[in-house]
Amino acid sequence: MDISINLTDGVPIYRQIVNQVKYLVASGLLEPGEELPPIRTLALQLKVTPNTIVKAYDELEIAGIVHKRHGSGTFVSEARQKLALRERRRVIEQRIDTLLAEAHHLNFTTEDILRMLRERKAAMNAAEPADVEK
Amino acid sequence: MEQIVDINNLSRSFGSNTALDGVSFRATAGQVYGLVGANGAGKTTLLKHVLGLLRATSGSVRVFGLDPVRDPVGALSRVGYLSEERELPEWMRVDELMRYTQAFHPTWDASYARELLESFELDSSKKIKELSKGMRAQAALIAAVAHRPELLILDEPSSGLDAMVRRDILDAIVRTVADDGRTVIFSSHLLDEVERMSDHVTLMHHGRVTVSGRLDDVRGGYQRSRVWFGQHFDQPPVLDTALAIEGGGRSWSVVHTGSLEQFHHAVLALGGEVVESRDATLEEIFLARAGRSRQQVEAA
Repeated sequence: MDISINLTDGVPIYRQIVNQVKYLVASGLLEPGEELPPIRTLALQLKVTPNTIVKAYDELEIAGIVHKRHGSGTFVSEARQKLALRERRRVIEQRIDTLLAEAHHLNFTTEDILRMLRERKAAMNAAEPADVEK
Repeated sequence: MEQIVDINNLSRSFGSNTALDGVSFRATAGQVYGLVGANGAGKTTLLKHVLGLLRATSGSVRVFGLDPVRDPVGALSRVGYLSEERELPEWMRVDELMRYTQAFHPTWDASYARELLESFELDSSKKIKELSKGMRAQAALIAAVAHRPELLILDEPSSGLDAMVRRDILDAIVRTVADDGRTVIFSSHLLDEVERMSDHVTLMHHGRVTVSGRLDDVRGGYQRSRVWFGQHFDQPPVLDTALAIEGGGRSWSVVHTGSLEQFHHAVLALGGEVVESRDATLEEIFLARAGRSRQQVEAA
């Protein structure tokens, strides 16, 4: 499973794993029914304490993203759309809050920011015509 | 959960030098404990008490409920230890070291030892004194883990080693916990290693425990915030809950404790605004608690 740990931005490691698994599921890179790596395997891969993986998997189970089958392993659950949307919104809203705070300090209005967002997106589309919309 | 180590109010002096000053420390089964602190903070002295190599002059030390000084066989047969110096009998060959260590441990797992020897590509016919620093660490690591100890103690295991051997050591920690739910205590000055590998972290400073708890709780108790002020500050602005502050003019970065709301109010009172807050990294907490960040700012 393609997960990377970043120790510079202050996000707890179990939360980084939770967020990235949620992203992998939301984007379809992990499909319903697919098995997540065993705790030991992922702990060895990421070089983190196994209890961190346990905590991340527990949290993913509570959020309904995965379920555990007794004696076998941890699997991606069906019916993930609604949660995935809420999660996706949460991630973007955090970014927006930061953007708005910085904009305020640099004396840009919300209208300026909306215009700039569209301009940036247009510039990006021009540079990358193959950009995939989700 | 089962209590593996229970240290209460332990103090220890060497002559006029106080090495440990009222240290309490507990370890329960199945958890990894990271011990951090500058050289001379007391980490090695604490670990030597757990191993019964030093006798508690004041306070108490219990390992598996036993006093490791009075009952070394009962306590230490269940412990694996990798010392910072990695004292090994120089004249032995690697395979002789394995047989020698095995003799002390009825629980020795010969197939695990062989598996590690092979994965480290250690030549077991070589003498210890012919081994490189990394190979010595690998041999010492096998001797410390192959009896599958219930408690594994590693004192600065990564010190002076290249990334490959460090990886072997971290793998051994993961296996100890994942395979059998055993307990690990390790000291390290590499904070990224501690942050990755620890369930609990204990920060020592001048022989005292200054911070101790579950890593996530410790991390959650400190924030790093970026702050912008309406006016320029020539000196760092004074904020109650701030432990470390750096920056200049209108823009400052602050490591602080307490609630975010309290911090927002303090900043607002000085005519500023909190732009962004996040949990502090272990390194930021460590530097702030060791009181060094402020000095760095002043020197800059």
